[in-house]
Amino acid sequence: MDLNRRITRNWILPKLMATKQLYSLTALFSTPDEIIHAAGETAAAGYAKFDVHTPYPVHGLDRAMRLKPSRVGIFALIFGFLGTVSAVGLMTWVALVDYPLVIGGKPFWSWPAFVPIAFEVTVLLASVLSVVAMIVIYFKFPNNSHPLHETPYMKAVSSDRYGLSIQADDVKFDERKVRDFLQEVGGKEIAPVYFDPEVGARLFDPKFLGILLATALVVSAGTYLTLNKALYTVPFDWMMEQRKLKAQKASDLFKNGIGMRTPVEGTVARGFLPYPYRGKPEDAARNLVNPLLPTADVIQRGKVRYLTFCSPCHGNFARGDSRLRGQFPNPPTLHTDKVRNWPDGAIYHVISEGQNVMPSYAAQIARDDRWAIVHYLRVLQRAQNAQESDLK
Amino acid sequence: MDSRISAVQVDDAISAPLERFPSGRWWIAFAIALTLLGFGAFSATVILYKGVGVLGFNQPVAWAFDITNFVFWIGIGHAGTLISAILFLLRQRWRNAIARFAEAMTIFAVICAGMFVSIVHLGRPWLAGYLLPYPNQHSLWVNFISPLVWDIFAVSTYFTVSLVFWYLGLVPDFATLRDRETHRVKKLIYSVFSLGWRFSNRHWSHYERMYLILAGFATPLVLSVHTIVSFDFAVSVNPGWHATIFPPYFVAGAVFSGFAMVQNVLIFVRKTFKLEHIITVQHLENMNKVMLLTGSMVGYSYAMEFFMSWYSGNPFERFVFLNRALGPYAGAYWTMVSCNVIFVQLFWFKKIRRSVPAMFVIGVLVNVGMWFERYVIIVTTLSRDFLPSSWGHFTPTVFDFGILALGFGLFFTLVLLFVRFLPTVSMAEMKSVLDGSQPSHH
Repeated sequence: MDLNRRITRNWILPKLMATKQLYSLTALFSTPDEIIHAAGETAAAGYAKFDVHTPYPVHGLDRAMRLKPSRVGIFALIFGFLGTVSAVGLMTWVALVDYPLVIGGKPFWSWPAFVPIAFEVTVLLASVLSVVAMIVIYFKFPNNSHPLHETPYMKAVSSDRYGLSIQADDVKFDERKVRDFLQEVGGKEIAPVYFDPEVGARLFDPKFLGILLATALVVSAGTYLTLNKALYTVPFDWMMEQRKLKAQKASDLFKNGIGMRTPVEGTVARGFLPYPYRGKPEDAARNLVNPLLPTADVIQRGKVRYLTFCSPCHGNFARGDSRLRGQFPNPPTLHTDKVRNWPDGAIYHVISEGQNVMPSYAAQIARDDRWAIVHYLRVLQRAQNAQESDLK
Repeated sequence: MDSRISAVQVDDAISAPLERFPSGRWWIAFAIALTLLGFGAFSATVILYKGVGVLGFNQPVAWAFDITNFVFWIGIGHAGTLISAILFLLRQRWRNAIARFAEAMTIFAVICAGMFVSIVHLGRPWLAGYLLPYPNQHSLWVNFISPLVWDIFAVSTYFTVSLVFWYLGLVPDFATLRDRETHRVKKLIYSVFSLGWRFSNRHWSHYERMYLILAGFATPLVLSVHTIVSFDFAVSVNPGWHATIFPPYFVAGAVFSGFAMVQNVLIFVRKTFKLEHIITVQHLENMNKVMLLTGSMVGYSYAMEFFMSWYSGNPFERFVFLNRALGPYAGAYWTMVSCNVIFVQLFWFKKIRRSVPAMFVIGVLVNVGMWFERYVIIVTTLSRDFLPSSWGHFTPTVFDFGILALGFGLFFTLVLLFVRFLPTVSMAEMKSVLDGSQPSHH
């Protein structure tokens, strides 16, 4: 608004604004025949920087002005091609590479089914981006601060008159000569249009900056409130936000704060077998036999479990060299003759029941894993007490 | 007396509704539209809170009023693109008087259609983003070979391209309004939307070429949109849907109902805003001729559907069509046939074609008939599937009628706001076809 007013003032009072520069000389015409004649004469007289303004496109003006045919079609071609390639490319990549899915037993690359989307994306990009390109590249819009705006000339050509404007920066421009020329071709209401060369500085106008800041604030606050508050009120529901049990967290599902129901007395877990040798190490040693064969897989499994659960106290090689630096009493080495001569069942019993300060590991280590650890312990014992005959 | 209209008169007549306080007739219409919209908004809110269970649909009729409304409103939109793009390519100059209005109706109708699918039918509109392919934390993509995903692409492309086409046509008119306007705020708004248009012939040259290109794109686009909508049905295996005739049949029906709606609303607008000398009886008659043509095409399709079901020798197909005409939904079927095929034949008489009250009534009947057409196609097929044990019956609830009102309420509210705040006829295009507006030796 500010600028428009300034330009209006310039136009009305050119004498007082002596520093303002001349933009062009304008003339108005009343019929399409007149404007075509005048445009042809202007082009013939050798003016290059001139323009014709008409309330609607007048046939034949392009030829009179010697304009080249518009080439905006090239944008449609480029963007349309871009649309086809990107749509087909995305669908192909998704179907073949990123997430191949068998749908209805059809081939992954069902190209006939890609045609509708490829067509739509082609039309979308070709039309929308071409229009944007035309507006930005050819028109250099939006531009509401052109010198011709808010002049009586512009008001006339936006309604029912036809205007010719010869710009002052044309090499052939001479104010007196152009004025005579416009009169000669039949122009009425010949008038100069001025402009303010310092218009660019308006970017730092406090009013403009204030509006910009206010808009930014409103948009940010609105976005924040919508995305973080409003969308989490009733009736909006999100699977992530539903009432549910989370590990190690109190739950409001039941009164006592526990997420799961307590099982009925005597409930047996899947895969659980009662251990009949509780408190009877001799019976366990005598009766229990390792059910696993010492294959490479079993020993590997035993190693993993041993390093996880046993090694913190017994040490990586079962020498009783705890990794806990005295925070817990060190156990004795497992390479003594006593332990080496124990049957597998005795070691299994100690892991399952605990012994002295060692607690039971039945809850942490599954049955088969305990047997695998026994095998791995045998490997360690053999390795730590190797004999000459082992090398043969 | 010189009956020719001057360019200034065009500007005055078209800008008048924007520059003065609206008339009583406008307020009455607006109140009716807002009432419908209010009832619709209430229903939509209940659906949002309680879920889609409050509507009448359930297995096996899982598509009912909402998809009927969707197809109906998409169809209404097609007339706008046909008038603005196809008639432009065919150099039908009379289209200039009604093109802007028809394009606006396209946009509003597509908004209504999108709302039925995204808000009402899905039940949880805040998850509507899942319909679009975007890289997400599930590493999942939409199913690109599903007709329902084609629908999303078709409808959103159609909306965007229609909006751009419409806006591009509005830019010179915004510039004219900017130069007429004296009110400070209004002038600022018009200036912003005019982008600074200067009526330069160097710009007109590109502008006209771009308009032609857009018309060229919009023409196959409009045909593709209803084709894809018909694929929602035709790609399935259900008897009564699985037919190759569907795409052309749907496109013809869409143009038919769209022209009826444009004609109805234009009759109201030209009367309310005294635009009889710009939107003449000649324009209305031309639209009636298009309705006669497309209505006959629709009638031919109805006959052909029966022929195909008989000729196919498929007992399920035969049963579905007999059931349509004679079964529990026979009332809806015969409403559709009489409104779409029989009444529209009155347009063979020139007197009826040029009589405003007669054509208004026929236009309303056509829209009733076309709504029932979609209803019949959807509900009869779903309620009588292959297995008699899974047959069902659809009965609408009050909320079904609520969302029906939502569509009409929203549409007419937007139309009335449009005629109040934007030029309903393109001033630049009208001026370009006045007598003496083009050079004599050209």
